[in-house]
Amino acid sequence: MNHPAIHIQGVHKNFGALHALNGIDLAIEQGEFFALLGPNGAGKSTLINILAGLIAPTAGSISVMGFDVQKQYQQARQLLGVVPQELVFDPFFNVREMLRFQAGYFGLGRENDAWVDEVLEGLGLADKAHTNMRKLSGGMKRRALIAQALAHKPPVIVLDEPTAGVDVELRQMLWEFIKKLNRDGHTIILTTHYLEEAETLCSRVGMMKQGKVVALDSTANLLNKFSGKHLRLTLGDVRLPHDVERLVRHAENGIYTFALTDMIQIEFVLSSLRASGIKVIDMQLNEADLEDVFLSLVGNVAVEQPLMANHHE
Amino acid sequence: MIDALSNRSGWVGPWTLLKKELLRFWRVSFQTVAAPVITALLYLLIFSHVLDKHVQVYDGVAYTEFLIPGLIMMSVLQNAFANSSSSLIQSKVMGNIVFVLLTPLTHLQFFMAFLIAAVIRGLVVGLCIYLVAMWFVDLTVANPWMIIAFGLLGSALLGTFGIIAGIWADRFDQMAAFQNFIIMPLSFLSGVFYSIHSLPPFWQKISHLNPFFYMIDGFRYGFFGKGDVSPVLSLLIVGASFLVLALITLKMLKSGYKLRS
Repeated sequence: MNHPAIHIQGVHKNFGALHALNGIDLAIEQGEFFALLGPNGAGKSTLINILAGLIAPTAGSISVMGFDVQKQYQQARQLLGVVPQELVFDPFFNVREMLRFQAGYFGLGRENDAWVDEVLEGLGLADKAHTNMRKLSGGMKRRALIAQALAHKPPVIVLDEPTAGVDVELRQMLWEFIKKLNRDGHTIILTTHYLEEAETLCSRVGMMKQGKVVALDSTANLLNKFSGKHLRLTLGDVRLPHDVERLVRHAENGIYTFALTDMIQIEFVLSSLRASGIKVIDMQLNEADLEDVFLSLVGNVAVEQPLMANHHE
Repeated sequence: MIDALSNRSGWVGPWTLLKKELLRFWRVSFQTVAAPVITALLYLLIFSHVLDKHVQVYDGVAYTEFLIPGLIMMSVLQNAFANSSSSLIQSKVMGNIVFVLLTPLTHLQFFMAFLIAAVIRGLVVGLCIYLVAMWFVDLTVANPWMIIAFGLLGSALLGTFGIIAGIWADRFDQMAAFQNFIIMPLSFLSGVFYSIHSLPPFWQKISHLNPFFYMIDGFRYGFFGKGDVSPVLSLLIVGASFLVLALITLKMLKSGYKLRS
């Protein structure tokens, strides 16, 4: 029987009056490269913590390759590698010792050393193997944290914001290594704030908002559904005609971004501007990206105009 | 891929955690072993200098001889407590406790690893004090089995208490309060430096409520063949206390109290 890598069924989680998760149902198949997206507070980390067995759900269940994370926690955790979001480390040991310990907790001994070397190599940690965790730079600590989650060669890997505050070099290296693991059959689940990462890496995307999954589809399908285009016009300090203004998604320093659903609208915008006597200084046309899908589903998270306080005395 | 489940051995996991806990204190043995040994020897030096000619607790036993087993046991107990409690509070404050929580280790394996590491730290410190003290005083041994039994049970009891404290405390100052308001008074008022028979009746009664008293008294019995109470009674009380605390600890670990929410 081929169980899903991760099967989430009706998961609710309440923290007192706060409903962090409101009924999550989600199946991630083995071998997938899956992105879990959502704004802060959407419940991604809560869901991952339940998956990892760090917190218990209020209702519902999660299984890893068919093993319930609560009732069969030993098997479930054996199959799972979770990279914690917080940059934590054990100051008593060096990188290689930590990796050996971590693999050892999962029952693996010296026979696993070749894999530990592969992980060190793949994440660019080989020359830091004998450096104490305390002496590593922030970026190196992040690599070590990822290496620790991989130490027992888990078939299902969860990366919770793995590239937050991480240099470009590591990102590239990390993704090359993770893509290789995915090709080798490991299931990868990724949460990230960098939507372009999800777009280029992941075959399927789930988007969460306020403890619910609001979209779930292949990356290609999601992008097709929102096959809109972006028209970026540099106009300077102008007053836009009303019918054009409603298409504005974003305006800053005289640069206006219009969200278009149809190419016909370009002609409409340009002729309307011409009629109002507004000159176009520069023009750009972009494809919609995952960010547009994200924004249209999750709501505009751009900074809203603060209300000016009026004083009537 | 599922063969990730088959190539593991049941003992490697808990053994690795024990090994890590042992290495943790051994890496800083200057602080975790040498320091408490020095402290105990200072007590020994000062108290024996001041009191050796003036106080005799048991007939034919010099005060310094009387003091040494108590000091050894007090150090065993304090260091067993310190090992499990400080390891846990550090891991919690640093956040690296998560590395263990993510593993398939059961709550029993978790308990055993921290317990055995605490017992070993306590016994290593105790043994070092004994070896150094042997240079100064010829210590008799009346009943080595009692020494071993109380050494093991006492350090296990305090190691378990340290696990409870480490799980309960969220900050270092809470842990310091545990040390200063529970462990220190109980160990100093347990008859390390005196026999409780020298106390007024009321304080003798109070001392009988102190579990440290039975551990010290029973341990000392192993050296001199005499004590303030029967060693069998002490053994039963210490053993029962250990069982109760161990069950409480296992229940805390199983429920995930303060570790998993």
